[in-house]
Amino acid sequence: MADASTNLKSLLPPAELRRAPVVENNRGLGWLTDKLSAFAEGKIPRWWWILFLPSAFCATVLLPVCLFYQVTTGVGVWGNNHPVMWGLDIVNFIWWVGVAHAGTLISALLFLTKQQWRTTIGRMAEAMTVFSVMMAGLYPAIHVGRAWYDWFMFPVPTYNGLWPQFRSPLMWDVFAVNTYVMVSMLFWFMGMIPDFAVLRDRATTRVRKFIFSFLAMGWTGSARQWHHYEKAYVVLCGLCTLLVFTVSSIVGLDFCTSQLAGWHATIFPLYFVIGAVFCGFGMVLVILIPLRKWCGLENIITLSHIDKVAKLALVSGLIIDYIYAMEFFIAWYSGDPYERWVFGHRLFGHQYWFLGWTLIGINVLVTQLLWSKKIRRNLTALFIIGLLINLGMWTERFVIVVGSLYQDFLPANWSTYLPTRWDVGLYIGTLGTFFMLYLLFVKFLPMIAISEVKGSTPQGNPHHPLGGAKGGRQ
Amino acid sequence: MKPYGIIAEFDSPAAILTAAKQVRDAGYRRWDVFTPFPIHGIDKVMGLKNSLVGWFSLAMGGGAFLSGMGLLWFTNAFDYPLIVGGKPMCSIPMSFVPSYILMVMGGAIGALVGMLVLNQLPRLHHPLFTSTRFELVSRDKFLLVIGANDEQFCTVETRRMLESIGGTHIEVVEEED
Repeated sequence: MADASTNLKSLLPPAELRRAPVVENNRGLGWLTDKLSAFAEGKIPRWWWILFLPSAFCATVLLPVCLFYQVTTGVGVWGNNHPVMWGLDIVNFIWWVGVAHAGTLISALLFLTKQQWRTTIGRMAEAMTVFSVMMAGLYPAIHVGRAWYDWFMFPVPTYNGLWPQFRSPLMWDVFAVNTYVMVSMLFWFMGMIPDFAVLRDRATTRVRKFIFSFLAMGWTGSARQWHHYEKAYVVLCGLCTLLVFTVSSIVGLDFCTSQLAGWHATIFPLYFVIGAVFCGFGMVLVILIPLRKWCGLENIITLSHIDKVAKLALVSGLIIDYIYAMEFFIAWYSGDPYERWVFGHRLFGHQYWFLGWTLIGINVLVTQLLWSKKIRRNLTALFIIGLLINLGMWTERFVIVVGSLYQDFLPANWSTYLPTRWDVGLYIGTLGTFFMLYLLFVKFLPMIAISEVKGSTPQGNPHHPLGGAKGGRQ
Repeated sequence: MKPYGIIAEFDSPAAILTAAKQVRDAGYRRWDVFTPFPIHGIDKVMGLKNSLVGWFSLAMGGGAFLSGMGLLWFTNAFDYPLIVGGKPMCSIPMSFVPSYILMVMGGAIGALVGMLVLNQLPRLHHPLFTSTRFELVSRDKFLLVIGANDEQFCTVETRRMLESIGGTHIEVVEEED
């Protein structure tokens, strides 16, 4: 070992050219396995219960009550009314889809670009995707008003002889969101198969052994299995990357194919994709920073990884800022009085103008703080910025949806929109459900891709001295 | 009970890679390595060809795309022709997006199904699960198995060969008839 480490020092490039290691302090493979499966195997800590009980209350009491009342009474229990027919339900739908996107981006796109640091946070980001798409999918299903007719949205042969009308992007949305739910779950599950095998082999009780044997499906880790597995993983990553750019684009098309000023813009598909990714990175920061500390994962989710997430948030935030500028510019340049009216009123309107300023304050100004390395290394600051990004992006969707609808072409149509307690209750219910599912995932499933992390350390590299290689090749 | 194969344990990815080369050069054909994560370069040593998973995915994805196109033509142009904005009954801009989405879904299912089929999963049991050392494979050990169905297999000779290339905890694993 002494030989290997002295050998290693002479081989390393100068300090300023070195990449930050994926796992700090040169941890061995056994240590990593113990550490990464420890949380799923250990006792349930107190902080988990403190977070879980309120989330579970929201998920099992608040959400069902709001759903039951709304479905049995009608969409009228929400604040939606003419002309604001799309209210908090659609705002939250887009927001949840957005949160999902960063997860897919981290786990799929960064895999294709061979960013090894993604191995440590990929699984947690995927779980975020799966649960938030579930929450997103709930909204359109109840927004239609008569939830028991949801099957009308699918091309089911019936005695009516009617079929869905496929020229509408709303119809494409049905396909896109369902595909997104399914593919992200598939991807998440497939990634976990080797880690289920790890937990199976470590299991001490019969129940654990049975459950994880069942989930691992007889995985042995033979080179042939890994060979097919890696191929399938690349294919799935490619397909998931397509989804990142498709799902939100289609949600954007729902808006831009309509004739409404403020929605009718060709930039919308891109706008929604980038907005989604930006919002999702905010959520990744909010989730990672506390979990890293509470689960004792400082050596694995390192400051350098969080720094990279923050940089990605900054990049997507800057694209968003550019899009804001373009939106205002095009509204002015188009010469269309309705467009100019809508965009002028986003900042200086009769109502909701403060939301326009909140949006600029957070998404444009607060994002710029991420330029500073000091702030990117300050976890408290990053956590707050993450929360603010989520708030900012929620506000953006509110401004787009409600801000464009409440004053349309005819002043006689104008009205205002205020969410009711059922709107808010439903939103809190979905937030609670999301966090409840997330906490269950963190506690009972492998929350970090154990095999992937091990494979990306020098100890797992057969051509690296620490992986046992002799000689100077790295 | 009859022998399934002989297992030997190695400590590092480089050791298993070297051992695999030596086993291959000794002329064994029916052998495999079991590792906690994919080892870079082992495919070449074992002579594994490009995995067929991609074809499963292509077949399912392509099939889903064509079915999507067919579904849209059938529902909106053939079975109940629907005139919307005076546009053609069936056209690419309208049918491409849903079909493309279905292609992604089909391709993803194809990749998972292909992986499971080619790996013969799910399976309830594997002879190696009886070995206590096998549980360490998912942790930090690397196992090399030479199957009893190999022409050169011999409990004495093969064991000696595995010892000579540095394998530890060498044992014969049995399976039921």
